[in-house]
Amino acid sequence: MSQVSPVSLLAERSCWTRSASARNVALMLRYALKRLISLMISLAVASVVIFAVIEVAPGDPASFMLGVNAQEDTLAALRAELGLDVSKVQRYFNWVGGMLVGEFGTSYTYRTPVAQMIADRLWVSLPLALYALALSTLIAFPAGIYAAARRGKAGDLTVMGATQLGIAVPNFWVAMMLVLIFAINLRWFNAGGFAGWDNGFWTGLHSLTLPAIALALPQAAILARVMRSSLLDILGEDFMRTARAKGLSRRQALWRHGVRNALIPVLTIIGLQFSFLLAGSIIIEQVFYLPGLGRLVFQAISARDLIVVESVVMLLVFAVITVNFLVDLAYAAVDPRLRGRT
Amino acid sequence: MSLLQIEDLSLSIHGTDILKRVSLTIDPGQIVAVTGESGSGKSMTALAVMQLLPIGASIDGAIRFKGQDLLTLSEAALCALRGAAVGMVFQEPMTALNPVKTIGDQVTETILIHKAMPRLQATERAQEVLTRVGLPPDRFPLSRYPHELSGGQRQRVVIAMAIALRPKLLIADEPTTALDVTTQAQILDLLKGLVQEYDMGLLMITHDLAVVADMADQIVVMRQGEVVESGATTHLLKHMKHPYTRMLFEASDHQVILPDPVDPRPLLQVTQVVRDYRLPRKRLFDAPGHHRAVDGVSFTLNRGERLGLVGESGCGKSTLTRAILGLEDVKEGEIQLNGQPVFTGHKPNLAVRRKMQVVFQDPYGSFNPRHRVSRLITEPFHLLKPQPIGSEKQDRIAEMLTAVGLSPDDAGKYIHEFSGGQRQRIAIARALIIRPELIVFDEAVSALDVSVRAQILDLLVELCAAYDLTYLFISHDLSVVRTITDRVLVMQAGQIVEQGETEQVFASPQHAYTRTLIDAAPTLPDIGQYVA
Repeated sequence: MSQVSPVSLLAERSCWTRSASARNVALMLRYALKRLISLMISLAVASVVIFAVIEVAPGDPASFMLGVNAQEDTLAALRAELGLDVSKVQRYFNWVGGMLVGEFGTSYTYRTPVAQMIADRLWVSLPLALYALALSTLIAFPAGIYAAARRGKAGDLTVMGATQLGIAVPNFWVAMMLVLIFAINLRWFNAGGFAGWDNGFWTGLHSLTLPAIALALPQAAILARVMRSSLLDILGEDFMRTARAKGLSRRQALWRHGVRNALIPVLTIIGLQFSFLLAGSIIIEQVFYLPGLGRLVFQAISARDLIVVESVVMLLVFAVITVNFLVDLAYAAVDPRLRGRT
Repeated sequence: MSLLQIEDLSLSIHGTDILKRVSLTIDPGQIVAVTGESGSGKSMTALAVMQLLPIGASIDGAIRFKGQDLLTLSEAALCALRGAAVGMVFQEPMTALNPVKTIGDQVTETILIHKAMPRLQATERAQEVLTRVGLPPDRFPLSRYPHELSGGQRQRVVIAMAIALRPKLLIADEPTTALDVTTQAQILDLLKGLVQEYDMGLLMITHDLAVVADMADQIVVMRQGEVVESGATTHLLKHMKHPYTRMLFEASDHQVILPDPVDPRPLLQVTQVVRDYRLPRKRLFDAPGHHRAVDGVSFTLNRGERLGLVGESGCGKSTLTRAILGLEDVKEGEIQLNGQPVFTGHKPNLAVRRKMQVVFQDPYGSFNPRHRVSRLITEPFHLLKPQPIGSEKQDRIAEMLTAVGLSPDDAGKYIHEFSGGQRQRIAIARALIIRPELIVFDEAVSALDVSVRAQILDLLVELCAAYDLTYLFISHDLSVVRTITDRVLVMQAGQIVEQGETEQVFASPQHAYTRTLIDAAPTLPDIGQYVA
């Protein structure tokens, strides 16, 4: 053993710690920047595709919106209002430029600014999605880890059986059961509607609780199964055996070395679930009579309100791409091997 | 009192007997090597000492560590023992470390589990230990992640974790099997040094008899869960009693005599081949860097010649092989088979490519498990025009299976019904069935047990006589290359640093790197004198 005085070792240590952690931070920042650039590119491409599909597709948007029996002068008025009287390229930049400053145009059916409509709906849908996601993660992580730690035993079988049920049962049925039990029988919650955030945060949260649970349960079932199988894969890895050979108990090894390694596939699923929860909860919104984004899209499509459809679709694309960006960052935070990659 | 005493240890897993009445002892400062072929139970013996056996294991007998029977200890007591009094090093350094934790954290963890001390102090201890195993913190900061280190460096980290608390007993399960020869020599030296310095007992599990003869004070030879012979190394080497021990040593040093090559006309000509790989950009708008994997390689392979290619991992062997097989284009230079280029423009020349076949290392991963042998070995038929059908096809299948030492009846079986050695025979049959002009053996015997390896080498000699094979034999195992090739290429950092007649290159290597390789490879003692 080389004889080094503790003082010089200490000096050396503080020196490498600084430079080395600075290096890790730099790697992480560079990775984030690269991901950010790819996010911008994705958004730009997505905006072109959406614009092309909705506006440039054959046929006149105005006559599509008004139906085949529309009067010629009504059509012309709508075209002017929609800004269809300029070139397609010009229209694209008007649309994108408008969105950048929060100007989404005016809804044809509601005659109100689209930005305001979306903002109102977002105040319901976004908290609901986050609430549901938080619930599903809170249920799924302990359940998945518990099941993996007791593989093949009664606890595992119970959790697996429950998740099977959670996946099989449709969420609107769960929603109706929740209403029946907690709203009609026990009267703990309202059967539907949204109290709004003006009456206080807890009131708002309270009225979102049943829908959030209905949304979260099937998602939690999926997530728990992913967590379990991912963790089981990790438990078979060589480094878990190394951890045990160091003197860690099974449980310690699982928590210290297993869980973080198992997170990568779980993060992927969480990202997908969030995107789904944000816009895909239309049935649940319908059951609980919530003014969310899903219903807005549905109504806009039924009413052929292209401006609203276009804006909401772009917003959802933006949300999905942003969530993917955040998931990418989470990957790199969890797994240092990804930081150096392009 | 011995440090470790295993007495009549029997182990079964889900009712299958794995170990049968195994006994061995280790004294402080002693190196005991347990050797044997796959399935002999050597790794299970090691895991039994650690009490890290798979679920469903039932165990009988006694494992006394410093007089205390480990089989009677509680799990908590075992946890206190593992890592502190008994350390363990594993075979696969690439996967033995947690990829998401720094090496400093992982070494520090061993210390903190067992000794209550401030984190700073534990970190200092970790630094000392890492310095001892050859990873000084000024060059290898504790904040490094495993993926930033090479295989040999990672194995040093694993060793540092195992010896951080100066255990009395170190168990090393094939610690150098996954490493290059020069790295292997360094790691073995390190282990030897640590044993002396700490007066540790070392239980070393290895299939490599040359390593055993080089390192061990005591040898324990196992077969199918039983100890067939054990004793002091020098004594055992002189007086091998059990036929299995003799067979192992003979097979490890199996020599074959190749038939004389026929018709020395050039078949494969590799001229100034260069292949680059793109590296990730250092900065966002920099031009990406390049790694030159193959750097100006030229050689000629004559018809009927058996050419060896040796070199350590990362030297460019695989890249060169892929280029020869036409699987990857080269940046510069040309590869010709029979005077025809493997690549025309940037497109592989299929007419040339179908004259080459390859046999891979892994006999388990290189077959589709859902196809029968007849379909597996006739896969290359799609290269032929017209394709053999009906009785002609059946005849060729039967001929090939017979040629590689299997029965024509095996054609209807699935691949899981065969052992590793038999699978490698099937792989050879698959390569041979269209009578290619060139066969590439890419580490084709590296994954096999010594006795099976000896049989496959014999088979190759028979096939050379029957079919005038021309092959390129790629291996990291110098002793195999020495006996199975006429000529050899030594590759280092993308370049051929030496080439010549195999026997001459091995007897009097000219290049310093060749000498390093040959010196680093552990050699079997001349057992000819003992085995009579």
